[in-house]
Amino acid sequence: MAISRDDVAYVAALARLELSEEELERYTVQLASILAHAADIAALDLSDLAPMAHPLPLKNVFRDDEPRPGLERDVVLAAAPAVEDHRFCVPRILGEEP
Amino acid sequence: MTPAAHDSGAWEWVVGLEVHCELQTATKLFCGCRNRFGDEPNTNICPVCLGLPGSLPVLNRQAVELAMRIGAALHCSVRPSIFHRKNYFYPDMPKDYQISQYDEPINVGGFLELPDGSRVGIVRAHLEEDTGKTTHVGGGGRVGSSEYSLVDYNRAGVPLVEIVSEPDIRSAEQARLYVSELRGILVATGASDGRMEEGSMRVDANISVRRVGSEQFGTRCEIKNLNSLRSLGRALEYEARRQIELLEAGETVVQETRHWDEEANRTTAMRSKEEAFDYRYFPEPDLVPLDPDPAWQRAVAASLGPMPADRRARILEVLGGTEASAQRDQVGVVVNQALDDLVLTAVDHGAPGSLALARAANEAAANPEAARRLDPKAFAQLILFEASGKLSSTQSKEVLGELLVRGGGDPEAIARAKGFEALAADALAAVIDEVIKANPAEWDSYLGGNDKVAGALIGKVMAATKGQADGKVVAAELRRLRSSS
Ligand SMILES: [Zn+2]
Repeated sequence: MAISRDDVAYVAALARLELSEEELERYTVQLASILAHAADIAALDLSDLAPMAHPLPLKNVFRDDEPRPGLERDVVLAAAPAVEDHRFCVPRILGEEP
Repeated sequence: MTPAAHDSGAWEWVVGLEVHCELQTATKLFCGCRNRFGDEPNTNICPVCLGLPGSLPVLNRQAVELAMRIGAALHCSVRPSIFHRKNYFYPDMPKDYQISQYDEPINVGGFLELPDGSRVGIVRAHLEEDTGKTTHVGGGGRVGSSEYSLVDYNRAGVPLVEIVSEPDIRSAEQARLYVSELRGILVATGASDGRMEEGSMRVDANISVRRVGSEQFGTRCEIKNLNSLRSLGRALEYEARRQIELLEAGETVVQETRHWDEEANRTTAMRSKEEAFDYRYFPEPDLVPLDPDPAWQRAVAASLGPMPADRRARILEVLGGTEASAQRDQVGVVVNQALDDLVLTAVDHGAPGSLALARAANEAAANPEAARRLDPKAFAQLILFEASGKLSSTQSKEVLGELLVRGGGDPEAIARAKGFEALAADALAAVIDEVIKANPAEWDSYLGGNDKVAGALIGKVMAATKGQADGKVVAAELRRLRSSS
């Protein structure tokens, strides 16, 4: 599974990362070697094994539906760069709701 | 536009709906913060729902239970499922991703049967978390033109079930019927309060059009911001017309997401296709697979009460199976507002079903929350008073209004307190007797078959009772006296 420089640029754009030309080159090489490792696994005959959804042999971990105290609003909002009307104030959003 | 271009007869709509339903749990999906609408902003927040580093989600068992109830009510099967991260950058989710179920949802493959007999397939009903609430300041409150936005994370992490229908819907009316029936089912399962106006139920629609007879699907658009049944119907009408006009003009429909503008009565494109979202879904590593065991699934299915369709059938049955459409509508209202007990108990106590149904569907349903708290026996007693002529319909409605406002009480005592007691059947008989004696000529004429004079006699009875008698009851009594004289 080869990864191209364009793939890396695309993923970087999705992650809102601004990469220099030099970084793009470097990460393309690094990601290619990670994918090569995955390709090693893909080369094995694993037809007898069910796909693994999680590394731990666990399922059905639940919490009871009981309220627990959270964080104090003032403490949380004090850590925000800007606040108005007890709400987080964020810069103008470009683009539409996802 | 020529009339021909407007002729949608040759076109068929293909509509699928996605309904988001907030679950009525005490806490959020992955943390112990309260799930409560209307609280002060940012008072139900914690490290998990704020996405603070090091915090870990733990799945709420009750949310799973409610999701399975919804699935069972929609005839879905439960399957082993996992959660994914849906990655995007928008300040309504502080984590920069939403935890949702992607290609392995909990419920799959069901259907919903509508009151008109049509059936809409259910693709899936999966669990996910809700997002925070953004308020855009300046620029008319629209995101694109606003100066900045404010965010309240109380809703971030609230459990949702998203119910995705097959593209089986063919008209605005059927779409409204589907959402209305689904709402009734969600309320009946106890999973949702079904309040569209508070946003606890939200609808997105996918619509395309094609020539009647065609098996192929046209290019579809998704419409967002449908906050009421009315918006849903109008948005679909608009969008279908827009697509048909494009196609008839030889143009093509562009696959895109469109926003319903209620005031302008039109849909507008939200984003262009080159910005198509790539959410980079990947399995949520902090949550383990969900695989409800068969015993739990059976218990959930067994705990479901009757669904709206069964309840409508039950009421129609006690009414004697009449098929009048007005009565069907009233039955629909009664079931949607969960007032079945009022009608069933009244009939059980010997009250006429159609009168009980009318009072429940009209006067009681006008104040549904109070009506649901009403003692059905008190309601039954009131209907019996009205049916026997002890109370006129006006008085009965007034006593019912009082019962609803007070949250209960004794209909007889309320009627007496309002001075309605004079209208006990024997008192009314005495008044009629006096009127007959005082107007022998009119009475003779009435006995001789002159029905026109009945109005004058009824008027005199009404005057003598200061308008508190029920004209219909007086008329019936006059007829009875004539036939027995
Ligand atoms: Zn929380």
